Amino acid sequence: MKLITVAGPPSAGKTSVIIKTAEYLSKYKGKIGIVKFDCLSALDHRLYTEAGLTVVTGLSGNLCPDHYFVSNIDDCVQWGREKGFDVLISESAGLCNRCAPHIKGVTAVCVVDCLSGVDTPQKIGPMLRYADIAVITKGDIVSQAEREVFAFRVRQANPKAAVMFVNGITGQGAYDLSFSFDEASEVSSLEGARLRFSIPAAICPYCVGETDIGVDHQKGNVKKMTFKEAVPNG
Amino acid sequence: MGKHLLKVPFGRLLQEHPYAGDYFRSIGLSWKDSLQTPEQLIESVEEETMEDAGLSHEQMRTHFLEFMAQAAELMKNSKRRLSSLTIIGGTDKNGREENVEIELCPGDIMCIVGPTGSGKSRLLADIECFAQKDTPTGRTILIDGNKPTQNERFRFENKLVAQLSQNMNFVVDLNVESFVAMHASSRMVVDIDSTVQSVIECANELAGEKFERKTALTQLSGGQSRALMIADTALLSSSPIVLIDEIENAGVDRKKALELLVRKEKIVLMSTHDPILALMGNRRIAISNGGIAALIDTEGKEKENLAVLEEFDAKILEIRNMLRSGKKIDFELGEFLGLAEKTV
Repeated sequence: MKLITVAGPPSAGKTSVIIKTAEYLSKYKGKIGIVKFDCLSALDHRLYTEAGLTVVTGLSGNLCPDHYFVSNIDDCVQWGREKGFDVLISESAGLCNRCAPHIKGVTAVCVVDCLSGVDTPQKIGPMLRYADIAVITKGDIVSQAEREVFAFRVRQANPKAAVMFVNGITGQGAYDLSFSFDEASEVSSLEGARLRFSIPAAICPYCVGETDIGVDHQKGNVKKMTFKEAVPNG
Repeated sequence: MGKHLLKVPFGRLLQEHPYAGDYFRSIGLSWKDSLQTPEQLIESVEEETMEDAGLSHEQMRTHFLEFMAQAAELMKNSKRRLSSLTIIGGTDKNGREENVEIELCPGDIMCIVGPTGSGKSRLLADIECFAQKDTPTGRTILIDGNKPTQNERFRFENKLVAQLSQNMNFVVDLNVESFVAMHASSRMVVDIDSTVQSVIECANELAGEKFERKTALTQLSGGQSRALMIADTALLSSSPIVLIDEIENAGVDRKKALELLVRKEKIVLMSTHDPILALMGNRRIAISNGGIAALIDTEGKEKENLAVLEEFDAKILEIRNMLRSGKKIDFELGEFLGLAEKTV
């Protein structure tokens, strides 16, 4: 079974991109399964089922969604194999911009959205920097110039990635992306596999339910701000 | 582009490759002085800072070298020329064969006409992705008479196609000048100032109302935005093919805009409902039911009629300006438009 992990900021268009790509992929690749990771509630499974795709949803609730992803992705692989999928696609939202649920040896896609602004590619961090494919969405509603600048900035953040434009509404570009999905390697288990980059540490009382504020409660992995002022011009 | 670049001091590096600093600036690093080398700069970042930012020393080295290699490639390719673009027909929505082969050369303007929903945009999309019998229409697109390589098809670095449509807007919060400069620097343009100057002058020539260098992009009127997009595409975008999807309703000098693109040796394909634009092309494709139904050369009487239409259009424009300046249209309009004799 081929495994592809798709990540990206919320509302970048991950679900639409996956659905449009799966449409093409299913023509030559047989059965496709989807795993949707989210925090609170996800309604996207409806979109997937409407598109005729089998989907399971994993809700991380009060856990860090990316830690949750890592603890569950191998189970997803086993589920996919039991179901006899040819391709399994996982979708997860990188919420803190520091996370990158990308795994060595597994095709990693990062979806970013042109409308999010030209500075976004450098703010996203490892999720973009360690991806194999950067998919840019919503390019149809910005100017050619902005598309070119945005693509350039994405390439600046990750010169190794293939950069593709996909229109999640019309599906333009999804055909091309389906080729890259088809090139993903076969995976039977992720036991022993490694993440491409460590995901943020979070071991302090607040991780385990502390709600009081104050120095007495700041224990464990605490980091304090440095107040380096940026002085107004002129 | 070899590893030795890591050992070249910034002073010399920037002289030879002005864009070399971009990579470090984009991750918020700056070099101490002109003697520091990229390797020393990378090494000077502490492990913890790297970890916090989600970076690593090794990744920074490989990414920097890769960025330099791609930038060099981009500069080399910025003068990409095409000698031809060929459209080989597929089928319409009912599977009827189109049976056409159309070759376009730089400077050609091909218009695409047909009812809404007939498949004009689909044809533009086929060209945009260089279809190889693998889109719903089954059309094939050739570049310089050959099938495009996988790389030409799928990687944005080598994009041969620029697009303009009336759905497109500027969303970035910058003024015109900074924005064009930003675009120019991402295209590795060396003389940014004069490029910015010429793009803005050119856009102002196309737009009905002039705008300033410091005008915010988001304050531009529909016509001004469109004019800037066209000028920018013609002068800054390296893509030799331009696809235009219905730009008529904006206050842009359409004739000048097309002349500009043709002068820049672009192949222009334009879907349109505007009779003047449709006749401005050298040829036009009529689409119906998803397929190419006819291929028509614009010649002879049609060219003469284009002149008549333009004259008529100028009069409509005159009326529009009268209304805009608070005048009344209470004179003999039939006469004004040259329709009077016929109506009597």
